[in-house]
Amino acid sequence: MSRLGAAVVLCAAALAVIVPFFLKPFGIYLMSMWAVLTIAAVGLNLTLGYAGQVSMAQGAFLGIGAYTAALLMQAGVSYALAFLAAGVLCFAMGWLLGYPALRVQHHYLAFVTLAFTTLVFLFLRNEEWLTGGIYGISGIRRPVFFGWSSAKPLQFYFFCLGMLAVLSLGTWWMLHSPWGRAFIALRENPIRALSLGIDTRRYTLMAFAIGSSLGGFSGALFAPLVQFLEPASFGLNRSFDLLLMVIVGGSGHFFGPFVGALISVLLPEWMRITEGYYLIIYSLLVMVLMMFCPSGIIGFFDRLRHAVRRRNVSRPAEATTL
Amino acid sequence: MASFIQLLVSGLATGAIYALVAVGFTLLWQTSQTINFAQGEFVMLPAFFVLAAMNAGAPFWFACLIAIVLSVLMLGIVFKLVVVDPMLKHGVLPLVISTIALAVFLKEGVKDFYSSQAQPFPTLAPDHDISVFDAVVSTQSLAVLAVAIAAVVGLNLLLQKTRLGRSMQATAQNPTLARILGIPVRRMVLYTFVVNAVLVAIASILISPIYLAKFSNGETLGLAAFIAAIIGGFNQVRGAVLGGVILGVLDNFSAAYVSAQYRVAIPLVILIIVILVRPQGLLGRVEERTV
Repeated sequence: MSRLGAAVVLCAAALAVIVPFFLKPFGIYLMSMWAVLTIAAVGLNLTLGYAGQVSMAQGAFLGIGAYTAALLMQAGVSYALAFLAAGVLCFAMGWLLGYPALRVQHHYLAFVTLAFTTLVFLFLRNEEWLTGGIYGISGIRRPVFFGWSSAKPLQFYFFCLGMLAVLSLGTWWMLHSPWGRAFIALRENPIRALSLGIDTRRYTLMAFAIGSSLGGFSGALFAPLVQFLEPASFGLNRSFDLLLMVIVGGSGHFFGPFVGALISVLLPEWMRITEGYYLIIYSLLVMVLMMFCPSGIIGFFDRLRHAVRRRNVSRPAEATTL
Repeated sequence: MASFIQLLVSGLATGAIYALVAVGFTLLWQTSQTINFAQGEFVMLPAFFVLAAMNAGAPFWFACLIAIVLSVLMLGIVFKLVVVDPMLKHGVLPLVISTIALAVFLKEGVKDFYSSQAQPFPTLAPDHDISVFDAVVSTQSLAVLAVAIAAVVGLNLLLQKTRLGRSMQATAQNPTLARILGIPVRRMVLYTFVVNAVLVAIASILISPIYLAKFSNGETLGLAAFIAAIIGGFNQVRGAVLGGVILGVLDNFSAAYVSAQYRVAIPLVILIIVILVRPQGLLGRVEERTV
């Protein structure tokens, strides 16, 4: 990462810590939502940005994680265990789902995951004995760690931010480990990666399963954040929303999902004046973005930076590594 | 037995509609590698063209004609020129995302500018029941079946018997060779978009009396079309037809005999089984493209 990039990331991190002290509870809630959804989007970015597969199931994994955590906590399991269980369950389901879909070409995973999201929604709605059906689960408590309660908005925000930091550092470390560099190879040139002896199918499956488990972790944070779960929160719309976060921010760029999630959380609030037309405008903007800059906002700034550099120094632009 | 025949006929009717949508879907994939995630919304929209035209005072048949023309213009030509063409150079993925955004756009547009309520839609034939072997079959189902079969037969004649159709096939099979042989490839690709637009408009007019016209209809229809295409074989018109019919019949039987709550789930489970066991589809052949 360049020095400029590091500076921008540090500034953003500082802002993420300082800004909430000046916000009302609703503002803090939005920032917590941003942190939680960013985790899911970082997971989806592994699938979409690195392995190049469209997944419409991230919303479903968010739901599975949320319901798993909420139900386990209701059964008296500690939050830490419930959190882990949510991630592990989603990893296993991602593996099972991706295995058949990734055997075949085209964008089969997109449709299999679309089907999966619908199935999960039906299950959450119909199996009332377990999930409470359309009445959902209410009264989910926020966790307490060693006497430190995260019940207040600000405290819970810092808990979410901390988890975002831990999980994204984990993902960063994984992508830069000798084993994980294959993911970057997959993104840069899948055919070359294959010819270098990387089992691309297995890595694609791994990317999808790890991405799904991040969706599960995110769900385990989502449940105590909103404190009320209902099936409708985890329908296709949620999956589209997460997908667009990754795309708009810049898929395949590590910090793309952070930007995309921020836009997706804040834009509806800023566009209150447009009333019901928010989604129409947003979808139009996405189409225009795809036409002119399919690599998203970060990709756009990347291109700008390279263009400026190329004008200043007449040497070939350095290859992007991350 | 009586209810069996009833379910079979209404299943065939819905299946025939699914088949129309699935055929259009595979055609777009064949000629331009466009995976149209908005296909379901494409079926939802023409019904509203019909309703809008009827609100303006047009009789039903004329409104249908207007809907087909509007559909060819907007869902065929404008879609190809404005959404697909600028995207092709970026590869498959941005186009997929763009059609997803288009789906949201169309859905929200209808919801905000027409109505969020389900709209009653006029039927093709007066609703009248006739009995065959003590089974009561509605004339509406038969009319739907007849129109859908006519559309598929017509499409087949176009593709197999006319010079234009064979040029379209050649374009799908090998665009480079087709160009060498003097076929205007770009225009042929545009024609498949037009054919798709006509097919979805017909499907829309056929299905809306059954499901009512509603902005959210596209979700289930789009998924059904894709599942039908996968089950039958992604690279053939015959496959998409077979897949659509299987899906429609199954849909009706599972609603009656298995569980109404999980009716939507059955096709999804079958999709996963087909992908596991026979990923090229029932009639499909591996890595071959024909129309």
